[in-house]
Amino acid sequence: MDRNSNTYTFLYAAIMVIVVAAVLASVSMALKPAQKKNVEIEKKQNILASVNIESTAETAEAIYAEKIVDEYLVNTKGEKVDGNAFTTDLKKERAKSFDEMVLPVFVCDTEEGTKYVLPVYGAGLWGPIWGYVSVSDDMNTIFGANFDHEGETPGLGAEISTSAFEEQFKGKEIFDNSGEMVSILVAKTGQVAPEEHKVDGISGGTITSKGLEAMLKDDFTGYEAFLNKNKK
Amino acid sequence: MSEPLFSKKNLKLLSDPLNDSNPITVQVLGICSALAVTAQLKPSIVMTISVMAVLAFANVIISLLRNTIPNRIRIIVQLVVIAALVILVDQVLRAYVYDVSKQLSVFVGLIITNCIIMGRLEAFALGNRPWQSFLDGIGNAAGYGFILIVVGFFRELLGSGSLLGYQIIPDSWYIANGGFYENNGLMVLSPMALIVVGVIIWVQRSRNRKLIED
Repeated sequence: MDRNSNTYTFLYAAIMVIVVAAVLASVSMALKPAQKKNVEIEKKQNILASVNIESTAETAEAIYAEKIVDEYLVNTKGEKVDGNAFTTDLKKERAKSFDEMVLPVFVCDTEEGTKYVLPVYGAGLWGPIWGYVSVSDDMNTIFGANFDHEGETPGLGAEISTSAFEEQFKGKEIFDNSGEMVSILVAKTGQVAPEEHKVDGISGGTITSKGLEAMLKDDFTGYEAFLNKNKK
Repeated sequence: MSEPLFSKKNLKLLSDPLNDSNPITVQVLGICSALAVTAQLKPSIVMTISVMAVLAFANVIISLLRNTIPNRIRIIVQLVVIAALVILVDQVLRAYVYDVSKQLSVFVGLIITNCIIMGRLEAFALGNRPWQSFLDGIGNAAGYGFILIVVGFFRELLGSGSLLGYQIIPDSWYIANGGFYENNGLMVLSPMALIVVGVIIWVQRSRNRKLIED
């Protein structure tokens, strides 16, 4: 057949595309379970990191099974509802109206008492940011925090996932003395804010810092009823 | 076909890209990935292996198809082959070395745009037999990877004081612990990669007279 004819070119392109598509589709299906497993393990590592427990990919599952004693869903009235907390997609829940939203809670048994891990999800500068914040059983004091992002600028916004930034959240308080929710303010140097509600923002990462602040405020509002109900 | 598999000519395909026609230091191709992934040694090594797999197989596939590819769409055919191989590499990394895959994130996808790969397909695989093309692919990827690993070695050692994540500089040397040493933060940023590559080119040219143009 003439290699320069139109028919040959079209046929060649068509067959090539079909073959390549078939190969890629089958590989993707074959590797899916292993990839899903990796994502799950990473999530468990992040949840454990928010209660200040170090784990590796190998040990995460065992530690998670031992330390996380309960996981359940709550609605914004603070009532427990049915469903799987671990696989709940926060992105979809945040898109629902406030009354329909259900939010996961992970209960962790640590040496320093019971801690409640609250997942949070919001928007940074370039894409989504998310994380896990653990509170002590007074439902007010933050015990630890872990944040991650999809594509924030390295060195600037991406600093939210460094331990130097996350460490600041330890000991901060969500409610003020009158029981009013103030969440955590991610402040610039010089900005006046009560010390127990304030962490330092990231220079050059203002929009990510503001996004993180808004994320915490929004998501704590969703958990507010649950926190108030279980206060000791 | 009487030519032995490792004849002198074939071995030259392997060794040339390491020195006389190195893709990075002589042809100055694939620089962007050389800057991006070399802040540490481990991603440099993984990138090298990934590029080697993609380049060797793409060369062989294109070489096998070289008598059937319609001339008018040959670039598109090359791109499809490269893109398919890169996606395969990405999927495998995601399934088996998840942490490295996270670290390399977009750079694996960017192998598609690595000029070395298309350059070798167009310049070599389209006109040579599969075995020679395979050697050419391995040789060029090795030449590329060698530079990557050297740059990664110095950047991680001087920038973070570690190699492959293991601390090399003793803790007590650091000023924070009362010592005299401080990591050079600039080494972690990409401009230093360019400067290290420049130094490598300098060293190479002063030792290899063939490369000096009048």
